[in-house]
Amino acid sequence: MRVGLFVTCLVDLMRPSIGFAALRLLETAGCEVVVPSTQTCCGQPGYNSGDEKSARVLARKLLREFEGCDYLVLPSGSCAGMIRVHYPTLFASDPDVLESIQRLSARTYELTDFLVNVLKIEKIPGRYSGSLTYHDSCSGLRELGVQAQPRALLSKMPGVTLSEMTESTTCCGFGGTFAVKYGDISARMADKKCEHIVKSGAAAVVAGDLGCLLNIEGRLRRRGDLLTRTLHIAEVLAGENGECT
Amino acid sequence: MHVSSMHFKRKAVEKLGDEKLQQALNKLQSKFVDGRAAAIAELPNFNEIRDAAADIRERVVTQLDDYLRRFELEATARGAEVHWAESVEEANRLMADIARRHHVRRIAKSKSMVSEECALNDHLESEGFDVIETDLGEYILQLAKEPPSHIVAPVVHKSKEEISDLFEEKHRRTRITEITELCREAREILRPKFLAADMGISGANFIIAETGSVLIVTNEGNGRLVTTLPRVHVAITGIEKVVPTLEDATTLLRLLPRSATAQSITNYVSILTGTRGQNDTEGAEHFHIILLDNSRSRLLGTELQPMLRCIRCGACMNHCPVYQNIGGHAYGWVYPGPMGSVLTPAFVGLENALDLPNASTFCGQCAVVCPVKIPLPDLLRHLRTRQVKQGLRPWRERVALRIWSWVAQRPSVYGLFSRLAVRMLRLAGGKEKRLHYLPGVSGWTKGRDLPAPAGRTFHDLYRRKPIA
Repeated sequence: MRVGLFVTCLVDLMRPSIGFAALRLLETAGCEVVVPSTQTCCGQPGYNSGDEKSARVLARKLLREFEGCDYLVLPSGSCAGMIRVHYPTLFASDPDVLESIQRLSARTYELTDFLVNVLKIEKIPGRYSGSLTYHDSCSGLRELGVQAQPRALLSKMPGVTLSEMTESTTCCGFGGTFAVKYGDISARMADKKCEHIVKSGAAAVVAGDLGCLLNIEGRLRRRGDLLTRTLHIAEVLAGENGECT
Repeated sequence: MHVSSMHFKRKAVEKLGDEKLQQALNKLQSKFVDGRAAAIAELPNFNEIRDAAADIRERVVTQLDDYLRRFELEATARGAEVHWAESVEEANRLMADIARRHHVRRIAKSKSMVSEECALNDHLESEGFDVIETDLGEYILQLAKEPPSHIVAPVVHKSKEEISDLFEEKHRRTRITEITELCREAREILRPKFLAADMGISGANFIIAETGSVLIVTNEGNGRLVTTLPRVHVAITGIEKVVPTLEDATTLLRLLPRSATAQSITNYVSILTGTRGQNDTEGAEHFHIILLDNSRSRLLGTELQPMLRCIRCGACMNHCPVYQNIGGHAYGWVYPGPMGSVLTPAFVGLENALDLPNASTFCGQCAVVCPVKIPLPDLLRHLRTRQVKQGLRPWRERVALRIWSWVAQRPSVYGLFSRLAVRMLRLAGGKEKRLHYLPGVSGWTKGRDLPAPAGRTFHDLYRRKPIA
């Protein structure tokens, strides 16, 4: 099974360990993983800012890079949602590309969704010992239905205690450029998320999207909380720090 | 109503710092969010009802002219007069003309967001009529000279204490603080107003084509008094509120109160059909219905058409994390929250409400809870696209997006640029591995740190990865 891994631009820039963790999870499960070196951004920032033109250009680029794969997997619900849900809309009036786009969209998965529903993995390679609380990132949850999958995977890890926070499905306030354009509102939303995380008593917050994690970590630290860790689900599943470089 | 949506950002910051407002907004979660979830859970076939409701509303919107003509025919046959208003000015003029025609002086009103759209009270007062709001929330706002901040719970931004102060000042009575006492005092003041009113004005939750009826849902009973006691009743609503049949209305009624106030049904559901008959003991002698367009018909046939399905339940704002934190006033016009962020630019002009479509994280919860399945995030995104096409975005944003898109299309440039950028940011992060300030993204760093990147990009490391 040839699986294309799109690590996302945010992971590439900010936290490569997540990309390596995803790679390890897929390879351990027996996938032949392809990581095209020309991959950059899925086009979501442009798309959500009203620039459909640039989003289409980047979508075509991504299509060329991953067309030959059986599956396309991303360690991000947000970017996976962009490809699965929004790419077909972007090319709705472009029949030449639409068909290939639809084929790609149908084969695109968020990482935990892929591990649970396609690979059906039983054994988790990583080890983690301690309490975690899971934040449901918006696009993964509402566009792709990612909610039970990460929890199912975590439940297979003997050292993990999942301590659910209240309102785990409420937005953390990231929203891409929203966090910069409406920083005050965004920071308040992040602050409320942090309160729920701290109240859960967990040692670390886990999520499937690095955008949310950067937002939450940034707010936790500004609040003076230097202890609560922020981990990507791939890092936890692959071994605490995704240390496989 | 005056539009101040251009000041969204400044007002939102003000609201975030308003302690009293923040406490009042905390009520939303338990009252409306948890409450709605429980009310929906009572329906074993919620999804089927929701599908049916969305279908009904979509059918109306695609054949709006037919249903409106049928409504006019049926209403007129039962003695009502139907008036068409293309603009708010025309609606206001029609209302004042009707009042003059029937020699009206005193007017009692029940809640109507369309009348807020028209700033109807201001107009009627300027024409010399006495107008009193009789919905408790709207009455409080009339005393305080404030606009509503929510379409269902207009006074949600005020605390009980603020209302006590307001009543003490305006009623010139001893200060009382119990909610039941406050209600009793308002009732004492309002009851004579109902009895003295020559004309009642109401909104309409639905108008029914099949029977020419006006349907309103209320909890306080004031709607029933306003529409039956005075000799003249005028209902004012938007043209999109029509539904084909009474049966369709009952389908929608299974969702409207549940979505709005977490009730399986409101205390009162009034269906008003025609004028008082010879053998009737109650009802208005004259029944007028003003149907307002005010740009609604311009949405037909556009990407924004699904917005006309809206039944004004307010669930989208109750569940919106942005609304939950800033309340309704920051949005700057009649309709706040996600539905308002679509309607305001559509009704008052995209250029007069630039922030509204952008002030959303696209978390998608509004679309999840919408009883008529309006894809609100898609509509907001469409408005963002229109802003870009019309060159309405700030130049800095346009340049930043263009640079990003240019770079992202060129992997070698992206590689070079990204390797350099993450190295610099890593250095700037220092020992703490986080940045307290970063020029260009101060919106981020004002309220939180920026975790520093690892210093090497994934692709850089992957390229050098030893083959296992």
